[in-house]
Amino acid sequence: MFEALSEKLEAVFKRLKGRGLLKEQDVEAALKEVRLALLEADVNFKVVKDFVQRLKERAVGKEVLESLTPGQQVVKIVNEELRSLLGDSVSKIHLSPNPPTVIMMVGLHGSGKTTTSAKLAQIFKKEGRRPMLVAADLQRPAAIDQLVTLGAQIGVPVFHSKESKDPAYLCEESIKESKRQGRDILILDTAGRLHIDEALMAELKRIKEKAAPKETLFVADAMTGQDAVNIAKGFNEGIGIDGVVFTKMDGDARGGAALSVRAITGKPIKFIGTGEKIDMIEPFHPERVASRILGMGDVMSLIEKAQGAYDRKEAERLQEKLLGESFTFDDLKEQLKKVRSMGPIENILGMIPGMGKLKGVKVDEREFVKIEAVINSMTPAERKNYNLINGSRRKRIASGSGTTVTDVNRVLKQYLEMKKMLKMLKKGKMPRFMPF
Amino acid sequence: MGVFDRLKQGLQKTRKGFVERLESVFKGRTIDEETLEELEEILISSDVGVKATGEILGYLREKEAEIRKTGSAREFLKAEMTALLGVSERLVVYGNKPFVILAVGVNGVGKTTTIGKLASRFTSEGMSVVIAASDTFRAAAIEQLQIWANRSGAQFVKHQSGSDPAAVAFDAVEAAVHRGADVVIIDTAGRLHTKSHLMEELKKVRRVINKAMPGAPHEVLLVVDATTGQNALRQAMMFDAAIGITGIALAKLDGTAKGGIVFAIKKELGIPVRLIGIGEGIEDLRDFDPKEFVEALFSS
Repeated sequence: MFEALSEKLEAVFKRLKGRGLLKEQDVEAALKEVRLALLEADVNFKVVKDFVQRLKERAVGKEVLESLTPGQQVVKIVNEELRSLLGDSVSKIHLSPNPPTVIMMVGLHGSGKTTTSAKLAQIFKKEGRRPMLVAADLQRPAAIDQLVTLGAQIGVPVFHSKESKDPAYLCEESIKESKRQGRDILILDTAGRLHIDEALMAELKRIKEKAAPKETLFVADAMTGQDAVNIAKGFNEGIGIDGVVFTKMDGDARGGAALSVRAITGKPIKFIGTGEKIDMIEPFHPERVASRILGMGDVMSLIEKAQGAYDRKEAERLQEKLLGESFTFDDLKEQLKKVRSMGPIENILGMIPGMGKLKGVKVDEREFVKIEAVINSMTPAERKNYNLINGSRRKRIASGSGTTVTDVNRVLKQYLEMKKMLKMLKKGKMPRFMPF
Repeated sequence: MGVFDRLKQGLQKTRKGFVERLESVFKGRTIDEETLEELEEILISSDVGVKATGEILGYLREKEAEIRKTGSAREFLKAEMTALLGVSERLVVYGNKPFVILAVGVNGVGKTTTIGKLASRFTSEGMSVVIAASDTFRAAAIEQLQIWANRSGAQFVKHQSGSDPAAVAFDAVEAAVHRGADVVIIDTAGRLHTKSHLMEELKKVRRVINKAMPGAPHEVLLVVDATTGQNALRQAMMFDAAIGITGIALAKLDGTAKGGIVFAIKKELGIPVRLIGIGEGIEDLRDFDPKEFVEALFSS
């Protein structure tokens, strides 16, 4: 997610920053490329137009062009605008003072409502709440069975009726039942529908009136194209939404839909789905995603993930290491081991500063085995001081680890890149921009 | 209601946005920069893609003199866009029985629904159909497909949820061979094309089908959601690289999504679009006909 966009932007910025003097046409050319990068990433045409217009207004001003580092200034402006496009902070689910808090899930067919409903229930359950799921999709064959199965997997009751034909009535009943059972969260899984299907949108409105949800969440597929804004608008204007959940964020879509929907509806993205397993859902951190798009990695999410895998002390040590300069090959090895225990590596890698842009790193378990083998074939001294590793040592390490000198070089390069990024992190919370 | 009417109705909303704007662009104007810019907006907003859009605009620019003479930029655009899509290549059942269709795609694109509609099309033509529930991963996927099998009158082969999808496919093809069925349609679990282990699983399904019946599958159908943006291209590329895609079914074309991705898919990969889904009803599956498709887009 976002990596391809981030790569494109980096290339544009690299060219900008390499120049001491910027002319207006240089900026224009760069903005043209930014525009294409965003369009290729499926950001909505109108959103891109406004975005580039804003950039242009700010970037060709005198202060920028006549400053000492015009390239840096332009990059900074893009950075800021992108952040404001995505919003600034995490937006949580609002809980109702009088339980149950009703959460209504809406969206197109196949966007992932049912899976997301179960994932949310699982989050609430983990927090010690007493969620209940409601199978209000009476359209799709076996949708009820699907939710019942998922509910059983996570140990959350599912309110359902195979005879019912009226989802609004069913939802109304579910509220009574949740009160009877002392359930404090109620998640309504409604049927997928087109935003232009008036009859079905009216049905949704009726459900909303009857169930009076505290939160109406619009579930959208991260791979959606230009139409994302029409769909989001349709649901927002038709029934009113409070937030957005983007699903299937673990693919390689460039995520333009996420940027567009936020810009057009002004509604915050609250969660993202990052995998098929029931625990693969995360709160959406706009500022961190902006960092990822801009190629700076997402250290905060990484550290949080790490806390799952490390105990508290270990986590503190990791943080120290990450932000210190004493980062050795042994640390790298230990971390790779931990990282592999943190879940799918694709999900983790993008968070590591600098890793996103390392072409050599194919996200492949075997690659990690290789890196580990290379490190294992180093002497303790070499692991502490990479400067020792000269040509003949590289040859020895390669034959010792069953790899090639190229592999060894690559591991060295990756290590140095990471070290460099970490150094920058230490200097000022975040590097002002990524190193080139 | 005839199928063509249904298609037209399904495409109505598509057409509305697309054609109304196109017409406002063309009305009384030649191909100047402003026109091209507006045209660019229309094409990109329809998910045609930056690259294909560039090519179409380039073509219009090239033919500017000609267009000025005849005054019909619309006919030019129509011809160019139809040409981009190539000739119609419908899904035809041929060869020794059974004709084996493997349906694949990412999560939530509409595989199961498309299979249900396709099965019903074959049974209504008097063919005997076996449906295989090789999506053993998603909760209640088997039940969902079972309902479709019942609706269409197809035979149904399933294992337990969580069992080996390749084994289900093998059994289905073998059963179909023994029973002399005409068509086998194999449903698979939705998977993101970026998950290499899941793509490996799909390769195995394909290999095993081939073991059950040499030469099978005869059609590997990638189901694509019409609302998907440029990622649909990546999907087509990756699935093609893994198991070789022979055709595309474009589902959910009845929304406001413009379906412009078909131009990019055809242009980049040469894989024909065979079917389009234009509604949730059992009869809402249509052969994809490039000419008709473009015609329906442009006719007002």
